Amino acid sequence: MLAIQVLINALVLGCLYACIAIGFSLVWGVLNVINLIHGSFIVLGAYLAWGAYNALGLSPWYSLLIAAPSFFVFGYLLQRLLLNRVITAPVLVTLTLTFGLDLILNNAMIYYFKADYRKLILNPPTGSVSIFDVVVPVDRLIATASALALTFLLYLLLRRSKVGRAIVAVRLDRDAAVLMGVNVKSIYAVAFGLGAALAGCAGVLMALIFPISPLTSSAYLGKAFVVCVLGGLGSVSGALAGGLLLALVEGVGSVYLGPAHAVTLSFVLLIIFLVVRPQGLLGRKGFE
Amino acid sequence: MTRTNIALLVLIACVAALPLFGDAYAMRLGTMACMYAIFALSWNIVGGFAGYPSFATAAFFGLGAYTTGILMNKGVPLSVSLLGALVLCLVLAAALGAVLLRLRGHYFAIASLSLVEVFRELVNNATDLTGGGMGLNIPLVSGSSVLSDATFFFYAMWGLLLLTALVVIAVSASKLGFGLNCIRQNETASNMVGLNSTLHKAVAFGLSACFVGAAGGLYAAWVHYIDPSDVFDILYSVKPIVMALMGGLGSPLGVVCGAFVYLGLEEVVWRNYIQIHSGVLGVLIILLLLFLPHGLISLHASKIWRGLFGRKAKHV
Amino acid sequence: MSELRHEILHLSNVSRHFSGLKALSDVSLSVNKGEVVGLIGPNGAGKTTLVNTICGVTPASSGVVTFDGRDITRIKTYQSARLGLSRTFQIVQPFAEYSALDNVAAAALFSQPGESLKSAREAARAHLAFVGLDAQADQSAATLTLAMRKRLELAKALAMKPKLLFLDEVNAGLNSAEVERATKLIHQLAADGITIVMIEHLMKVVLNVCTRIAVLHNGRLIADGAPRDIIRDPAVVDAYLGQQYAQRNAARG
Repeated sequence: MLAIQVLINALVLGCLYACIAIGFSLVWGVLNVINLIHGSFIVLGAYLAWGAYNALGLSPWYSLLIAAPSFFVFGYLLQRLLLNRVITAPVLVTLTLTFGLDLILNNAMIYYFKADYRKLILNPPTGSVSIFDVVVPVDRLIATASALALTFLLYLLLRRSKVGRAIVAVRLDRDAAVLMGVNVKSIYAVAFGLGAALAGCAGVLMALIFPISPLTSSAYLGKAFVVCVLGGLGSVSGALAGGLLLALVEGVGSVYLGPAHAVTLSFVLLIIFLVVRPQGLLGRKGFE
Repeated sequence: MTRTNIALLVLIACVAALPLFGDAYAMRLGTMACMYAIFALSWNIVGGFAGYPSFATAAFFGLGAYTTGILMNKGVPLSVSLLGALVLCLVLAAALGAVLLRLRGHYFAIASLSLVEVFRELVNNATDLTGGGMGLNIPLVSGSSVLSDATFFFYAMWGLLLLTALVVIAVSASKLGFGLNCIRQNETASNMVGLNSTLHKAVAFGLSACFVGAAGGLYAAWVHYIDPSDVFDILYSVKPIVMALMGGLGSPLGVVCGAFVYLGLEEVVWRNYIQIHSGVLGVLIILLLLFLPHGLISLHASKIWRGLFGRKAKHV
Repeated sequence: MSELRHEILHLSNVSRHFSGLKALSDVSLSVNKGEVVGLIGPNGAGKTTLVNTICGVTPASSGVVTFDGRDITRIKTYQSARLGLSRTFQIVQPFAEYSALDNVAAAALFSQPGESLKSAREAARAHLAFVGLDAQADQSAATLTLAMRKRLELAKALAMKPKLLFLDEVNAGLNSAEVERATKLIHQLAADGITIVMIEHLMKVVLNVCTRIAVLHNGRLIADGAPRDIIRDPAVVDAYLGQQYAQRNAARG
């Protein structure tokens, strides 16, 4: 019984984690940039859903449709105008730059929305269903299904579309991609835009479940780190595997060690994975 | 001793004269300046000499603060507590360094960043020992008056800075420093000429942590109250990097100058834009990285600087 | 027994895999003191991998490597350097920001226990003079020409007081005058009694310098013997030298 509960929770949460991490993973994999602003993007997406629902009465589904293009443009411009200038610099510089961006965005959110925790409460409430005698709230299920759908959408995009193939080509071998006539600069910007769009959409989904506050951005970012390292960098399947593993470890960890230790456990796991298997569960070696 | 290292010691000696002119506010600033300089010098051992992008400063700052705080609450005198924090950070960081510094580039950056998270969560959860999220009160040390307290902690932090600077200067002139520079330039070749790079990196990581840990201990005793989100703040990890980038990577004098300039900027921002200070800080960081990637000094004498003692980090 | 005592390096059945790819299979080879062994074979034959395996960069998946009577199969790279195994790299590996002098000093400093920075720099001067780089001692390695950087590699390797020296294509990318100069240096080293294993594509140099030749092909040792036998060995001609070379050689007698 307990096992089933842990498993179902892990499944639900794992898909959400994958969705949180996937944009981060894409940016790291393609641009070789650790994007510290990712967590704040997610929170901004959550505020978008919250604001649209409370002020305009727009359901979160519409918010997804708003978030995707607007975050894409935001990310695209950010990369083109700022990040692109230091893209070849050592990790120290790119990482510190995205940290600076995160400081600005996070501070702006605290300034406008205050640090209080808010909650998006759907009216009427969606209730809950029971699966194998485990009670799961419906909004959580919907969010999970949407997260999976988003993840699958990215997979399709990378697989089927021309721009997707170009992104994968740049990730696998930048120099070869240049020789094949891929405009790397623009692919970088598209990938960063996609990363931002995915973060924004993930934020909309998170708003259905978790309280919203600028203070939560580092927690999202932390999850993205762990998922990426566990699953392997830059692939959709890797993010899913990493998300599920992380959710499972946290679930089992909370049962045996108490919920307070779940986060510690996940980071310890991250460090162990980095040292022992830096390519992650599904990643291939050598794509640093 | 090289000319720049003498200049560094002269600069530090000048700072010691601050209590002659300053009030309590100036002393507070001076203490912070010394603390930041310790951060920057320490970070420079791993980030500047060995070329590994460490984000672990906050981890050892917090660890040192809590070690000292806990020991003092058990009645151990400040000096012994600080020594305890220093030794603990040295040993723990050296052990962790031997493992983590096998990672390169982004992976090392993430691992060192995660160290901060792990330490913070551990302290958060060890409620019996640390008070958890409620924070930890630390007994007063001297407490006769505000000004004498401020003077005491200023000199303590200054002394620690002097110690750090002397050790860093000794390292840079030693076989260890020579080896760390080799590792930054070409780790494969370093191993091939018989350099035990694991040992070098472990020692470097230990040294870069121990003074930060002791500074954390002094900070804890100085402010009398610490909590995990304060002392394990990622900002403490990023600040020394910004200072080093400002002053010029690799040069002890450069990073200390960077630390002082950074503190000045931070103070101005704090006083004028309290509500948006972190955002303004972000803008400063970005402007610095975009327009002055080789530090403030590159504004004028970039060539002379590089020729004399500056080094650009390669493929960190 | 007397022959065994002169043996300095011994490989028995050494194999090395890279995730499924067999880079070296069952290589057995022995090198005696004072020999100059040429290691030849087509590109991708596993020559550099063999050197990397001996030096501990990519330890053997199976088999045993002994050096000077000591099992070094699982040894770390820096330890092998301290035992007296030194090498030059096909793609030169200088400490780019350091001066030529400090490059060589680093080699002396870390390979000999108890060496000080000062004594290492003194030793380095002598080695730089030997390879003809004394005029460039204070120039940073990044500013040296390729030929100079190759010689710098050699000076670094020598500063480690090697018992066994691996030379990985020291002549690649050099013009004929520079090759001649390098060849002279190798002759001099051999005369000084340093055991040398050299990877080399220029057969002229190999035949000029080496006392013995070992041939690798697809990760296997296909021939090992005196130079004049090797160049007539049909397997070697097939795999590496080519018919034209053999005929030209035969015509010359």
